[in-house]
Amino acid sequence: MAKNDLQGALDLLILKTLSQLGAMHGYGIAVHIEEVSDALLTVEEGSLYPALHRMEQSGWLRAEWAVTESSRKAKFYSLTAAGKKQLAAREKNWEQVVKGVQAILRFA
Amino acid sequence: MGIFRRMWALGRRSKLDREIDEELREHMRLRVDADVAKGMTPDEAIRRARLRFGNPTVVKERVDAEDAALGFESFFRDARYAVRGFVKSPGFTIVAVLTLALGIGANTAVFQILDAVRLRSLPIQNPQDLAELRIVGGNKGFGVNDSPFANFTIPMWQEVRRHHDPFSDVMAWRSNGVLVGKLTDAKHVNGLEVSGNFFNVLGVAPWQGRLIEPQDEGSCEMSKVVASYSFWKSQMGGATITPNTTIILEGRTVQVLGVTPPGFFGMVVGDRFDLAFPTCTPPNVRREMFLFTVMGRLKPGWTMERASAYFGSLSPGLFENAMPTGYSADAVKIFKAYRLAAYPAGGGVSYLRDAYDSSLQLLLAITGLVLLIACANLANLMLARASARKREMAIRMALGASRRQLLRQLLIGSSLLALSGAMLGVLLAQPLSRLLVASLSTSQGSIQLSIVTDWRVLLFAAGVAVLTCIVFGTIPAMRGTSVDPISSLKSGERGVAGSRERFSVQRLLVVTQIAVSMVLLVGALLFVHSYRNLITASPGMREAGISGFYAGFSTMHIKQENEAAFKRQLVELVQSVHGVQNAAATTHVPMGGSSWGHGVHVGTQDGGSHFTYAGPGYFATMGIPLVRGRSFTAMDTTNAPHVLMVNQAFVRRYFGATDPIGQLVQVLPEPQYPARTYQIVGTVADTKYNGVREATTDPEAFVPIDQVPETAQGPFAAIMFASENGPATVAAVRSTIAARYPEMILQFFDFRQGIRDNLVGDRMMAMLSGFFGVLAALLVVVGLYGVLSYFIAQRRNEIGIRVALGANRGRVIGLVLRDTVWMLAIGVVVGTVLALVAGRAATTMLFGLKPYDAATLVFSILLLAVIAVLASLLPAFKASRLNPVDALRCE
Repeated sequence: MAKNDLQGALDLLILKTLSQLGAMHGYGIAVHIEEVSDALLTVEEGSLYPALHRMEQSGWLRAEWAVTESSRKAKFYSLTAAGKKQLAAREKNWEQVVKGVQAILRFA
Repeated sequence: MGIFRRMWALGRRSKLDREIDEELREHMRLRVDADVAKGMTPDEAIRRARLRFGNPTVVKERVDAEDAALGFESFFRDARYAVRGFVKSPGFTIVAVLTLALGIGANTAVFQILDAVRLRSLPIQNPQDLAELRIVGGNKGFGVNDSPFANFTIPMWQEVRRHHDPFSDVMAWRSNGVLVGKLTDAKHVNGLEVSGNFFNVLGVAPWQGRLIEPQDEGSCEMSKVVASYSFWKSQMGGATITPNTTIILEGRTVQVLGVTPPGFFGMVVGDRFDLAFPTCTPPNVRREMFLFTVMGRLKPGWTMERASAYFGSLSPGLFENAMPTGYSADAVKIFKAYRLAAYPAGGGVSYLRDAYDSSLQLLLAITGLVLLIACANLANLMLARASARKREMAIRMALGASRRQLLRQLLIGSSLLALSGAMLGVLLAQPLSRLLVASLSTSQGSIQLSIVTDWRVLLFAAGVAVLTCIVFGTIPAMRGTSVDPISSLKSGERGVAGSRERFSVQRLLVVTQIAVSMVLLVGALLFVHSYRNLITASPGMREAGISGFYAGFSTMHIKQENEAAFKRQLVELVQSVHGVQNAAATTHVPMGGSSWGHGVHVGTQDGGSHFTYAGPGYFATMGIPLVRGRSFTAMDTTNAPHVLMVNQAFVRRYFGATDPIGQLVQVLPEPQYPARTYQIVGTVADTKYNGVREATTDPEAFVPIDQVPETAQGPFAAIMFASENGPATVAAVRSTIAARYPEMILQFFDFRQGIRDNLVGDRMMAMLSGFFGVLAALLVVVGLYGVLSYFIAQRRNEIGIRVALGANRGRVIGLVLRDTVWMLAIGVVVGTVLALVAGRAATTMLFGLKPYDAATLVFSILLLAVIAVLASLLPAFKASRLNPVDALRCE
């Protein structure tokens, strides 16, 4: 288990969102995560953008300026091949983490 | 990779900045749009979005921090900021950089020499495979030893040449001086006698022409030589080598085959060879002469241990075959018990390694300590700066700067200082180490050491720089950034009294400085004292006005049976020169480094003694007092009864209370020195034999020089003479001999200078430790002055109040001095303990005193006390003249 698996949750959420939506801007990603999780999860801007930039630099995301439906200019992020591989790895990892955490919680 | 794209974008920072700004702004707008669409008023939506978003600058900075290129750029921004700060206070910057440069430079200089003498490999192929063969434990003075590196006789070398399974090939070499030019105007140069495969084994390729090859070995008539690069450049004008290139060597014209590459200086680190020539096997081999150093290249798969085991098992047969003849049974037993072993030889051999190793290590420790003091000073300066910037730091923290950012900025500042200091230091190290090496030169020759700034030296300097940076940069940075913004902003520039904790770090630094400089002062005093003891120590004979010369007359072709008579004539000639008080020939120049001895049998006792063959006037010339009996006369010739004079150590060793006069001493046989019986006719006082450091005197016996066995005569002589007006007489003697015997080779020396030459290492230690001791004391003055001034500035208000309330000058001065006395007391106690511990390392290097010399300790303490009080008086007087009105008003 990698060290930052629990902290890596945000990365996983972003990667998964982008794999579902294709290209999307930061705001769209935040809204999507909130809506799909029934507002159980909120993404802070202060964490979202650093994460997006970090993943872009690692080559998992590609970014392009484009125009939104409401005709505003925004930076759209989409997955690269490396990003897809990363997502698969993280998903598998996450399942393990969840199993592990549950095992700990059930232990009595 | 994204990172390269970002790197490329460096310098387009404003564009990146704009992009991030825009992205975040769009995010806000999208949210506002969405909320407005849900029915919120625009104002309400904007407020909500702002609340949710938080401080936009902080978010933006967090995004920035993720950006490698921007992170990189902010590093440059911090560096630029630091440089700007340094430019604004040039005084501080110059002092800091120069202190560091000197400190790092001195350390690097000493390390550079250590590197050249000890660590660096010879410039040859795969130096790690080169192995030297030596007798385990040495030959213990058996036979005749040509040099400290001469471990092989010719028969031993011939044996190894036949059997050397662990080596792919094996070679031999020896240093052997040769004369270049016409005999009347000949110059002595460093010769290197080598076996034919010498250069092949080393893997040295010719720079010009060709080098010596196996087929060149053979005739003992010198006919072919190879020049070193430096000799070729300086003496042969660097002209291209052709088959017709020749040089006059030992009076013969010989062919110069080629030139070695510039880096190759030979096999002795600290010496440089001039000419290499092939060795030969002379017709009548002297089997007891240890002449050669033998080295081989390990075959793949062999280790030093396996090679040693091989040669160990080979040894019995080898030494059986190489046994010299003419020795007593006991001596034969010793010879046959020798064992050979292989030792790594990739670093060559060196006199310096043995002579100066511990000195250099100690010097490195000393320069390290000086650097430590300098660092403590710098740390104090930085602390003072940091507290001056306390307010700035507090404001920046209040505005949202994290401690990490401030810390990084301060550390970048101090690493910049360390880096500049290190670079300047490396540049300084070159001339410094040259100076150091030059200080070890003697009247007879200088050390030829190629000092280069190689990767090891650079690594060392970098390491020292990092260490200094940690020492002087970290504490101030930690302190500087651990401010509580609120209290700092409230209290203003100066509190009534600063927090005690901050003061204690600076006190600790000063105490450290005092303690360390105490160690250095004690060391300096010890070494200077020891050197004074050495130069004033009496060798037991006259030093002033004694000169001598070595004369070689092989070119004059005098028959062996006439050599003794010729030497007598030579002494008479010297004696006849105006100004010469006395002259005598001898086979051993005291303190000259050579040594000669025989096994003796006295009564029922067996043992050994130094043997010196000296002319009749020897004791008068050298001022050695006769204790009993008579001295040699002109009547003690070859045909007269064999007589002996002995020193008191000889008497103590072999006779005790018995009267030695008239006793018989048998000398055991040796090649060229047949067994003989001498009768003792006189005794002389003890003298030193080879160095003023000798703690005990060995037995020494003197034989009239005319009674040297004819078989041991040779076309060379050493003649000592005493004169009143030194240089003029020496010149007169030289010109008289040169006029009479133009072909004679002469080498003059001054006896006292020769003794001093042996002490250059001690002189260097005395000079350098003295220099660094003074430097340490100066640094303490500066450090103490700086810290006290700073304290007083901090306590202006307090002192102002005290003065206003009626404290007089004396009280204020006392207040400041009390501080000094406390720091001094603790520093001195710690320093004394450290000095005692450190002194043990120097025990063997000291002469005539103990490392725990009480007088030295007391003197150092007094010296430090005076220095400390002087350094604190100025700030104390300043404090006492403080005008209370000014001090209190300025708040």
